[in-house]
Amino acid sequence: MRGLALRLLGSLPALVAVVIVTFILTRVLPGDTATYFAGPTASAESIAQIKAALGLDRPLPEQFWNYTKALVRGDLGMSLTTGQPVLKDLLARLPASAELTLAGLLIAMGIAIPLGILAAVKQGSLWDHACRIIVTAGVSLPVFFTGLLLVYVFYFLLGWSPAPVGRLDAFATAPPTWTGFYLIDAAIAGDWETWRGAFAQLILPAVTLGLFALAPIARITRASMLAVLGAEFIRTARASGLSSRTVILTYALRNALLPVVTTLGMVFSFLLGANVLVEKVFAWPGIGSYAVEALIASDGAPVQGFVLTMAILYVLLNLTIDLVNRALDPRARQA
Amino acid sequence: MTNVLDVRDFSVEFRTRSGIVKALDRVAFTVAPGETLALVGESGSGKSVTAYALLGLLDDAGRITGGSAMLEGVELTTASPATLSAIRGKRAAMIFQNPRAALNPIRSVGQQIGDVLRRHAGLSARAAAAGAVEMLRAVGIPDPARRAAAYPFELSGGMCQRVMIAIAVATRPALLIADEPTTGLDVTTQAVVMDIMGRLAAETGMATILITHDLALAAERAGRIAVMHAGHIVEDAATATLLANPRHPYTRRLLAATPTAAGDLGDLRSIPGSLPDLRRADLAPCRFAARCDRRLPACDQPLVWRDIAPHHRIACGNPA
Amino acid sequence: MSDSTFAHARHVVSENPVTGFALGLFVFFVLAAIFGPSLAPYDPLASNTMRALQPPSAQHWFGTDQIGRDIFSRVLVATRLDLGIAAASVALVFAAGGFAGLVSGFFGGWVDLVIGRITDTIMAFPLFVLAMAIVAALGNTVPNIVLATAIINFPLYVRIARAETVQRREAGFVDAARIAGHRDMGVLLTQVAPNIMPIMVVQMSLTMGYAILNAAGLSFIGLGVRAPTPEWGIMVAEGASFIVSGEWWVALFPGATLMIAVFCFNLLGDGVRDIVDPRRRT
Repeated sequence: MRGLALRLLGSLPALVAVVIVTFILTRVLPGDTATYFAGPTASAESIAQIKAALGLDRPLPEQFWNYTKALVRGDLGMSLTTGQPVLKDLLARLPASAELTLAGLLIAMGIAIPLGILAAVKQGSLWDHACRIIVTAGVSLPVFFTGLLLVYVFYFLLGWSPAPVGRLDAFATAPPTWTGFYLIDAAIAGDWETWRGAFAQLILPAVTLGLFALAPIARITRASMLAVLGAEFIRTARASGLSSRTVILTYALRNALLPVVTTLGMVFSFLLGANVLVEKVFAWPGIGSYAVEALIASDGAPVQGFVLTMAILYVLLNLTIDLVNRALDPRARQA
Repeated sequence: MTNVLDVRDFSVEFRTRSGIVKALDRVAFTVAPGETLALVGESGSGKSVTAYALLGLLDDAGRITGGSAMLEGVELTTASPATLSAIRGKRAAMIFQNPRAALNPIRSVGQQIGDVLRRHAGLSARAAAAGAVEMLRAVGIPDPARRAAAYPFELSGGMCQRVMIAIAVATRPALLIADEPTTGLDVTTQAVVMDIMGRLAAETGMATILITHDLALAAERAGRIAVMHAGHIVEDAATATLLANPRHPYTRRLLAATPTAAGDLGDLRSIPGSLPDLRRADLAPCRFAARCDRRLPACDQPLVWRDIAPHHRIACGNPA
Repeated sequence: MSDSTFAHARHVVSENPVTGFALGLFVFFVLAAIFGPSLAPYDPLASNTMRALQPPSAQHWFGTDQIGRDIFSRVLVATRLDLGIAAASVALVFAAGGFAGLVSGFFGGWVDLVIGRITDTIMAFPLFVLAMAIVAALGNTVPNIVLATAIINFPLYVRIARAETVQRREAGFVDAARIAGHRDMGVLLTQVAPNIMPIMVVQMSLTMGYAILNAAGLSFIGLGVRAPTPEWGIMVAEGASFIVSGEWWVALFPGATLMIAVFCFNLLGDGVRDIVDPRRRT
């Protein structure tokens, strides 16, 4: 328990670092907020007035203090484009991003882990070669380009998937909100038509993300499975006559998954970034496309809010990965 | 009494990139119930390969090319993988050196013993857990109920080796193969571990094959010693006979290199030459010939094993 | 030494034809980057609304875009910019990250601590998001894309250079040089830096593909390079709206070229690693 508390405390420096960096970025972000508020015809005096009103003329430490206080209150500023508080916008859009990212991750793990295991268990087989090709090709895919290719093939040519217009097509209504995940909410509501609609919209962007995350997961699964299969305790398990099922699944796989779980931190770093690009391709109403729209409009507060949210999410994900690792590995609990 | 294990003309080859390695050539020995046979030799002499090959644990490159090995009347050389898997850990078990690495790092030792009991004794999960605690008690681990929940990294090397023994003997096998079981343990722990193995063997009539490079250990613990050199068993005799009256030149060198039989075969650098290249097509019939000072022209004839006294077998054209 | 390296390189290429293939592609891309602008059959910026959105043909190998520009010429001309951004950012991070890693590992102490804090801070962000934030904050220019791409790769370079340096320091020959009276900085630059060079070169070739992807991704969402400058990421973004109406060529050719370029650099990176550092083969 003490180790757990220490680990939780251990995330604090990362959070502090994130807040400092976003603060610094706030101060240098172009499209100076004061100038923007004052309008294009404003005089230098009125800009100075607005600066004073916003506290931008104070010394930096004081500004940082105010910034942190605002953050603690959940005040991320107002979006000039939507006219809403940034926090409200982000919270409304976060489930869309989360559902997409998690779906992508599940697809990637569902393919990459079995593939990596097969490649390692049957070294030199067709599976192994397939794994090698996927690993090399997978890291070369520009995720926005794969998304477009999938849209062209499955929407335009084959007509199997709906137009890439977001989470639901224009005629459907969103299910009542429980989790914000349409697939779950629609299932709770028993609204299977909406569920199918949401699923059809989700599948292409999720596959796009999945293809992107597949390569690193498959690579590390294969490598760690190979390492574990050569370990002495596997020889012991075989010498004890345990069934190959037990040897591979209970003895080898559980050990091999430890590095895979650790690698997920890196995978999430990639996934959260790729998410922005995929959201743009599929007009997915998540926080990534929100940030992109704000960028184009030189609307600073949403961009900062987005960066902060992503960074906090990432810190939390890393914390989760650590906790999962502790659950799986008794040695990690000890340390 | 019938032998637990009867190995005859047992040969094994490995395919490698640089050619076929004739790792074992016509190895033959027997082990009776309750008996401890030591397989002694330098590293690379084929001791461990013998054990792995018998239990069907060779990797894909290795292949049994001839001979027979009967374990309690079952022919191992032609047995299916399923049969071998059912025998391993049940009738013939094995323990290894470096016990901490030989145990699954993220599974409690109780579960690891329980896995064997569930597989071979058909126990339920609960019965297996209880059986695991019993086994830990049997190998002398204090507070076994609590220790069953421990992970290998929480136990000392000696404790881990006891757990290994518990795993191996959980199903009361007829044969225990111990591959350098005391390597890496400190001296007092070595003695304790060997005592536990000896006691369990005496209690259950289990036969033991002790694989070691430590002649002193073999002399102390084994009733019979088979000396291996380059994939051949060159001499096989009761321990007292072998120590007092070694006949094969290699055995004599071994003993000379470890004068009181209390040394370690690590000192064997004093034996001139090294193991021959087992990939060579023109390998001499006697693989010790190149290092031997008693070599005769007759040594180029095919190698034969003969009993020069009752229960004393050697492979030499010019025994001392 | 160099002879045997060369022999080993030849062996790797002959053993692994994929590396040879990647090398061929690499030469092709470099030539395109150097001579592209003078080889392009059309002006990459000249629009011709009479010939807008034409599919690939003998006149326009890759077709034309929504305002009639020749896509082949644009893809070809863009090579210099895309590869240039990636190469510049990799060179920058090689110098900065390599140096930071060297001093961090060599001197330890508070230098190590400060550099460690900086890399931890960078690693606390999802990297692409951090790159977005940097470009958004510093301004929408090509140098800022180069800088952002270098910054997100910085921790990786520091870590590798630091680990190698610590290993060298512990190997003892640094002490030998010091005892011989060389000054610390001198030892660092003459004794340690050359030794970590091979592994850093491997890292550079492994990072190139990622740098290209990253820069193109930023342009795709409208950061950095701006239209009408020909750049692969922007061109894919411009073509995106035509995918749903079936004009596939607008996005496909720049996208595919981008993909092949990244693939080529990744294969080459693996090949270079096999030549320089065969132990790390996976």
